[in-house]
Amino acid sequence: MATKTTNQKAWLFVIPVVLLVAFNAVIPLMTVVNYSVQETFGDNVFFWEGVKWFEQVLQSERFHAALGRQLVFTSIILLVEIPLGIAVALTMPRKGPWVSVCLVLMALPLLIPWNVVGSMWNIFALPETGLLGKGLNVLGFDYNFTRQPLAAWFTTILMDVWHWTSLVVLLAYAGLCSIPDAFYQAAKIDGAGRWAIFRFIQLPKMKRVLTIAILLRFMDSFMIYTEPFVLTGGGPGNTTTFLSIDLVKVALGQFDLGPAAAMSLIYFLIVLLVCWVFYTLMMKDEVE
Amino acid sequence: MMRRFTWLVPAIYIIFLMLPIYWLLNMSFKTTNEILGTFSLWPQEFTLDNYRKIFTDSTWYNGYFNSLIYVVLNTVISVTAALPAAYAFSRYRFLGDKHLFFWLLTNRMAPPAVFALPFFQLYSAVELFDTHIAVALAHALFNIPLAVWILEGFMSGVPRELDDTAYVDGYSFSRFFFKIFLPTISAGIGVAAFFCFMFSWVELLLAKTLTSVAAKPIAATMTRTASTSGYELGLLAAAGVLTIIPGAFVIYFVRNYIAKGFALGRV
Repeated sequence: MATKTTNQKAWLFVIPVVLLVAFNAVIPLMTVVNYSVQETFGDNVFFWEGVKWFEQVLQSERFHAALGRQLVFTSIILLVEIPLGIAVALTMPRKGPWVSVCLVLMALPLLIPWNVVGSMWNIFALPETGLLGKGLNVLGFDYNFTRQPLAAWFTTILMDVWHWTSLVVLLAYAGLCSIPDAFYQAAKIDGAGRWAIFRFIQLPKMKRVLTIAILLRFMDSFMIYTEPFVLTGGGPGNTTTFLSIDLVKVALGQFDLGPAAAMSLIYFLIVLLVCWVFYTLMMKDEVE
Repeated sequence: MMRRFTWLVPAIYIIFLMLPIYWLLNMSFKTTNEILGTFSLWPQEFTLDNYRKIFTDSTWYNGYFNSLIYVVLNTVISVTAALPAAYAFSRYRFLGDKHLFFWLLTNRMAPPAVFALPFFQLYSAVELFDTHIAVALAHALFNIPLAVWILEGFMSGVPRELDDTAYVDGYSFSRFFFKIFLPTISAGIGVAAFFCFMFSWVELLLAKTLTSVAAKPIAATMTRTASTSGYELGLLAAAGVLTIIPGAFVIYFVRNYIAKGFALGRV
């Protein structure tokens, strides 16, 4: 591992990145902050409103409902994708020609534009023409994701599992590949069973990459917009309207700039807080 | 023995992954009448009309070019800017380095929905609206932090002694950086470029917000088709199939590094 030396000139190396990101991050963020404390009736005339929008958003049932749906969705996603990803990674071949085949096929969903993922699942799940929809109906399930909230949730979750579990698989697999054979031989000599090997060798070795996996899956599922928007449009009713979808409805649909901006900031702060906790945990590991 | 059947788990998983893709492919070779009229597991009247329409209609194929242009621009900008920064983070301690690193990461965490409207206003104000460079710069918001993160991971795996030996041998910094250091971490550069390509290629919300005609991405052309002309499912499916191809192509090149890349160079 490299040891670091103190050198303030390193800032010169960082300047291009700081300028590019600041242009994109600071100016829009300040715009949002600006809107969040003002009221406008068009024509670029603004009135100071203080924290009114924040209070309004924090007390609105609509925001609570969207946040609740978002939390339930993200929890289910993490609970399904992380164990499934670990299971697939554990059973994947470690050597031989099948490794490349598995990696390429599994990575494929990750490279498909998000709206195409939505369209693809729409086509796949349509009750009359889709393989999944028709299949479920033939099997005797009454399934129609455009009308039944439960079916819409099921389809959205299945779509996300299809889309992102491979990310967890690839990360867990990378962690498993970094375990030297000697570890397994030592375990064999000690007479360790399958579970003991998993619990005391594989899981600790995967800890780092799994933290990254949970962090990435949390962030991305919490920000999910395009796929459910294309698949269900947030419906039926509002049943699959997650935070981002609701936010875009308020900001671009109704053009309520103040409340939308306040909602954006609250939303961003929640993501930031959770990610900071994960990041701190991860960096603590790195020091050890 | 249970162990003999473990291959079933990845096999079933891969079949699950392939089913919707197969269905998309199946639909893309069908006529609209057949899609709406009958249900069949493979095309009964095999047709290439959907693909023909895409390759002959300029609003369609220009969408692909627009997407590819801004994705490539973004990849070049992000990786070029991230290289020196990642080097600084992996080799030096400087005032505010940890805070700066976390600040960069927060931008990867920002929901694009939050930035859609301000981005529209910002890029209109600097008169870059509906240009490829606007989308490329906007995507740099989340791709630069990612590229810095990945490259820093790969660079930290290179021992510091390499730098010191080069200086002892009389290399200047720039000669060392370009002649020795960059070739050493070429795998990391490839992986970072791959991820920038990937996240710029799949993102739609910002790309759609920042363009109208001249730089309209293929994904936006697709959503327009889906909403305006009722339901041309076959056409939509064919366009979808074509968006999968560039991804499949780049995955093939980085297949041996992809896992390490997702671990941000930190396995």
